[in-house]
Amino acid sequence: MPVIQGFTALLVLQTIGEILARSLHLLFPGPVAGMVLLVPALFWPPLRASTASVVPFLLQHLSLLFVPVGVGVVTHLGLIESAGVRLLVVIVVATWVGMVACALCLRWLWPNVSTPDAPANRP
Amino acid sequence: MWPQRVYAGLNQAPWANPVFISVALLASALQLSGVAYQTYFSGAQFIHFLLGPAVVGLGWPLWVRRQELMHHGWRLLLASCVGGGCAALSAGTLAWALDLPSDVVRSLIPKSVTAPVAMGVAETIGGIPALAAVFAVITGMVGALSAKYLFAWMGLKNSPRDWRIRGFALGTVAHGIGAARAIQVNEDAGAYAGLGLGLQVILASVLIPLALSWPL
Repeated sequence: MPVIQGFTALLVLQTIGEILARSLHLLFPGPVAGMVLLVPALFWPPLRASTASVVPFLLQHLSLLFVPVGVGVVTHLGLIESAGVRLLVVIVVATWVGMVACALCLRWLWPNVSTPDAPANRP
Repeated sequence: MWPQRVYAGLNQAPWANPVFISVALLASALQLSGVAYQTYFSGAQFIHFLLGPAVVGLGWPLWVRRQELMHHGWRLLLASCVGGGCAALSAGTLAWALDLPSDVVRSLIPKSVTAPVAMGVAETIGGIPALAAVFAVITGMVGALSAKYLFAWMGLKNSPRDWRIRGFALGTVAHGIGAARAIQVNEDAGAYAGLGLGLQVILASVLIPLALSWPL
């Protein structure tokens, strides 16, 4: 049952990540630490095979997982009423500024070469 | 998930983003029916719980591309700093200039990282964690909804390099929701979005509190 194994592997890594994050007082959350751990862990073929079956599914539906957090906006309707427009302006402008700055920076750093995929990349 | 099918049917038009539609519908439904958010959230725990393993799973596309990533590492790091830095800085100064309360300003600054991390950073710098989470989600949606048009305006094309640039910018500033959009549209973009998201988490968690401790 590779899917279950894969999913369990992700959960185990997440848990290890959480433990590390808390005990070492890392500034980022457990799941991100788990992500950092997953990368070297994938050099181990059994892990690779099992996660291969579950990761694409999770990532394809990543959007859905944010819905519960997003609906949390209803708890702050008061603030939205009083400062809603200003908040939206700040969020939109800052987001655009950030995305443009990031893209410009990368475009400048990667002048005209379209980076070829090294054949050794594919597992 | 019919919003997903509507989205695919509309050729993945950004405004038909499933997250946006779902959140809007659910929030309205909660308001109209008078159901408390806590009640809804306890029912949605299973979906929310999957967010953890999914974030871990973002390591997979990174591993597949490890050769490229090691080659380009410093460029990506720099771009992540620039993008995240500009987003945080512009958010902070604009919010302050628009006369928003100090704790709200401090909740807006970390909005470029994924929601749970934004909450943590906000708490560290004197913001309101719950608000920071909401701002982060809205940022993600804004980024995901407008990316296509923004990048077209910038003149980014369909080349592999440009897809990576788009993905990375989306992941850096619009974090998980931006990455989700990138993954759906293009494989390269998706992978780089995951990397952007991860890098930004690390950089922002460390640099934002650091930057804010100087003038104080």
